[in-house]
Amino acid sequence: MARLVVLGGGVSGHTTATFAAKWLGSKHEVVVVTPNSKWNWIPSNIWVGVGQMTKEEVTFDLAPVYKKAGIIYHQAKAVSINPEGSASNEKPFVTIEYTEAGKAGETEIVEYDYLVNATGPKLNFDATPGLGDGNGQMGDNTVSVCTAEHAVHASHKLAEAIEKMKGGTRQKFLVGTGHGLCTCQGAAFEYVFNIENECRKAGVRDMADIKWISNESFLGDFGMGGLHMKVGGYVVSSKLFAESLYAERGVDWLIGAHTSKVEKGKVEYELLDGSKGEEAFDFAMLIPPFAGVGLKAYDKAGEDITGTVFAPNGFMKVDADYTAKPYAEWRASDWPRTYQNPTYSNMFAAGIAFAPPHLISKPMKSPNGTPINPTPPRTGMPSGIIGKAVAYSVCDMIKKGDKAHLHEASMAEMGAACVASAGKGVLTGTAAAMTVYPVVPDFEKYPGTGRDTDYTFGEVGLAGHWIKHILHFLFIYKAKLNPGWTLIPE
Amino acid sequence: MKEEELNFGKEKFSLTMIPGNATRSMRTCVVWQFIRFLVLNVKMIIVVRKSH
Repeated sequence: MARLVVLGGGVSGHTTATFAAKWLGSKHEVVVVTPNSKWNWIPSNIWVGVGQMTKEEVTFDLAPVYKKAGIIYHQAKAVSINPEGSASNEKPFVTIEYTEAGKAGETEIVEYDYLVNATGPKLNFDATPGLGDGNGQMGDNTVSVCTAEHAVHASHKLAEAIEKMKGGTRQKFLVGTGHGLCTCQGAAFEYVFNIENECRKAGVRDMADIKWISNESFLGDFGMGGLHMKVGGYVVSSKLFAESLYAERGVDWLIGAHTSKVEKGKVEYELLDGSKGEEAFDFAMLIPPFAGVGLKAYDKAGEDITGTVFAPNGFMKVDADYTAKPYAEWRASDWPRTYQNPTYSNMFAAGIAFAPPHLISKPMKSPNGTPINPTPPRTGMPSGIIGKAVAYSVCDMIKKGDKAHLHEASMAEMGAACVASAGKGVLTGTAAAMTVYPVVPDFEKYPGTGRDTDYTFGEVGLAGHWIKHILHFLFIYKAKLNPGWTLIPE
Repeated sequence: MKEEELNFGKEKFSLTMIPGNATRSMRTCVVWQFIRFLVLNVKMIIVVRKSH
């Protein structure tokens, strides 16, 4: 009997664990270690953040789902990995620390034959002074929609701001990225337009000054270096697409900005031209930068090998080409295909937990040397597809031996769909629906735009909004392992 | 001033394009959007299939 341990129960880890449990059956063990007791459909946190959905509508308890799937579940966080075992343990193992009530703080070792690291990101609020509380959590100056709890808090603050506007007090909303190296601009993009819509619905749009602040060098970069899409018979850049939407909705923008400090009611920033400035706000939702969760690794003798297993940013090294090279020499082939760790073949990383070889957007620095560029997105559809490919590979290795063919899912051969809603009404909501293929541009295959313009498109309307609704119910249905769940694609 | 001209004022000149009334109304026209819904779904399914 083999044991697969999956670290993380988000989109990628949940996909890996549930498919592996289904394909391996009861002959082998699948263990999930995740600090959370609930699964969260993160894209719908946006609707929680404007009070249009409750936390309960976007989360569900993991324990009964894992029980149904025959998965062993530890509500705990992984602390370290011993991929060679230790002096007292022949087998490789993970040290975990329980987070569930009653066992919180207790540690335990979990041996494994195969390990999938799908821990997702650490929300690194403390990277920006004032954005965090100094203890790794979100501070009091801004709100966030990164977790369901954060989104509930954000909705209360938004409701307070709307009440103030109804009472005749103008409010300044600042939404975007809280650091020069953030990713996940799409979530903030969606949130700013939902706020705009809520203000409109409440009849106070004229009392709201809404501004976007972002580390993108141009609007519509989205951490993917922008894209070109077919719109209205033209191949249009995402810059024009995004600027049109912002201008139409009366949302001002500040781009190429590294948020360097946050205080109550004020952010300080540095721009790509080196200039510095301040922006006042009454309500701010700033996405924090992501980092690895801080897992350590030790060899059999107990020596620290974290630097061998993980990249400096804390994400796990996989089969990518990490050779440092200039932007002009970046290739689609630099991106990983199997997500297998190069040192330990029984370890994989999936979703946000794998270390990308480099940015997708063009690297930028201010004259002061401050890097200001989005880091690559690896959330949503790519996370799910990678998680499933890794599950395939591990199952084949268990059934056919370590030399089994590994399944591949390169982000340079994978598309992604992004549906950013602006409002929630069935007949009044609209959404910017975009697909991009592939996520990482391949200028050798598609010399013009780096992408296939037949499958890279975007439009604004009710249709995208309906799709967003359907995706919400479909993916929660799938994640609960309800009948037919395997038929729903990632 | 027409709504689509709002962002092209003397004080706040925008270089982008703003949709006019016809485009805006088509975005919430149920019949047209149902057709777009079908088209978008087919396209997204193709992208999903190409990605696996």
